[in-house]
Amino acid sequence: MRRWIAILALLAASFSLGGCGYNTLQETDEQIKAAWAEVLNQYQRRADLIPNLVETVKGYAKHEQEVLTQVTEARAKVGTIQATPQLLNDPQAFARFQSAQGELSSALSRLMVVVENYPQLKADASFRELQAQLEGTENRITVARNRYIKAVQDYNVVVRRFPTNLTAMLFKFDVKPTFAVENEKAIAQPPKVDFGGSAPKK
Amino acid sequence: MKARALTLLFGALLAVGAAHAELSVPALTARVTDQTDTLSASQRAALETRLKELEQRKGAQLAVLIVPSTQPETIEQFGIRVAEAWKLGRKGIDDGLILIVAKNDRKLRIEVGYGLEGVVPDAIAKRIIDEIVVPRFRAGDFAGGIEAGMNQLIRLVEGEPLPPPAKRPARGRAIGDWIDWIGTAFFAALIFGGMMRRLAGRLLGATIAGGFGGLMFWIFLGSLTGALIIGILVFVLTLVMGFGGSGGPGRRGYGGWSSGSSGGSWSSGGGGFSGGGGSFGGGGASGSW
Repeated sequence: MRRWIAILALLAASFSLGGCGYNTLQETDEQIKAAWAEVLNQYQRRADLIPNLVETVKGYAKHEQEVLTQVTEARAKVGTIQATPQLLNDPQAFARFQSAQGELSSALSRLMVVVENYPQLKADASFRELQAQLEGTENRITVARNRYIKAVQDYNVVVRRFPTNLTAMLFKFDVKPTFAVENEKAIAQPPKVDFGGSAPKK
Repeated sequence: MKARALTLLFGALLAVGAAHAELSVPALTARVTDQTDTLSASQRAALETRLKELEQRKGAQLAVLIVPSTQPETIEQFGIRVAEAWKLGRKGIDDGLILIVAKNDRKLRIEVGYGLEGVVPDAIAKRIIDEIVVPRFRAGDFAGGIEAGMNQLIRLVEGEPLPPPAKRPARGRAIGDWIDWIGTAFFAALIFGGMMRRLAGRLLGATIAGGFGGLMFWIFLGSLTGALIIGILVFVLTLVMGFGGSGGPGRRGYGGWSSGSSGGSWSSGGGGFSGGGGSFGGGGASGSW
């Protein structure tokens, strides 16, 4: 009889060890860190490209001061935000980081639209190279962000699901922030098509 | 009549569903996958041979995929999904590369694995697309464009000092697997075997435990040899084990086991072709014609 109780106790103990999810928490937490490091890495790569890009564009398109200044400023702002791993535990800092990177993205895309007006610049070999690098980096950022989102999803499910949420609570594992679409409203609205003066005036 | 209307409705729904679903990644069966019949059999075979020779010499895995369209995704989104599914390149060296052509979208992309980003940086990939492949595509010479582009990429990879290709899949991994197996068998014998011994006696209990352990392995891991070995191991362990039964159930199917082992072997020398477990991070370039 006593033996059976011992067996049952051992069974229960090992079940709770295997099922508490402590190891899974550790594992997914590390995956998030790795994925986040890759995101930062690619953002850094983009920031490093910008000075050269701005210089090259300046050489052909002096009149586009405004757009160039916006890009430079946005890059400077990105540089001031310390992108440490602790960022992940602070949703507000995370949001600031994300909005700074978002501003840089939109400044860069405005620059790329402006560039379309300068055929000589577009034909410049070093500009083409920079453009290819920038495109590649933007794509890498997308991939890294997607992988980060997936890693966070895996982790957050463990943190929130019963019974692993108890372990998470005990060891202070919090739900981690993830990337979101910033301008949800703007995307949900259909774009306005304006054909210049052809709209009827009243 | 009603049935027919229902079928029609169902068909329409299916079509709508299909239109929204992502394109599924084609199975990796050969180095050159052509879903549009753009290449002739001989052109395909020639390209296959060149890519196979490259892999034998350098270990790098290059592949070509021609699809009609990647809609509704962009070629970049589709490309990274293909790269993640195919896992070209050796594990840890990540020397894989895919040239993807979406013929009706008039778009193409070179997807570069981490290990080849040094020899094929984005700017070079872009130049290969713009200067070598696209002019030929514009002239309608798809086979020529793909061949010239791949030749250039092969030349670049040839120049990279990659680790030499392994002759056979490494043994070290197999030993790691063995340790896993023995560990699991030991646990299974400890718990299940112990119980069976109590219930059915020494010999019969061991037989049941062995058979059950083997069956479980066969079901979960699909390897008959492995199942046999596990069965025998559990049988022997249960027989030998001196005491009644204690301990708890170990978690069956260790974490990285089932998924990791599939990516282990690379490029079986025969007809089939499979990725070696390389990873991609979105490097490369896209273009259109």
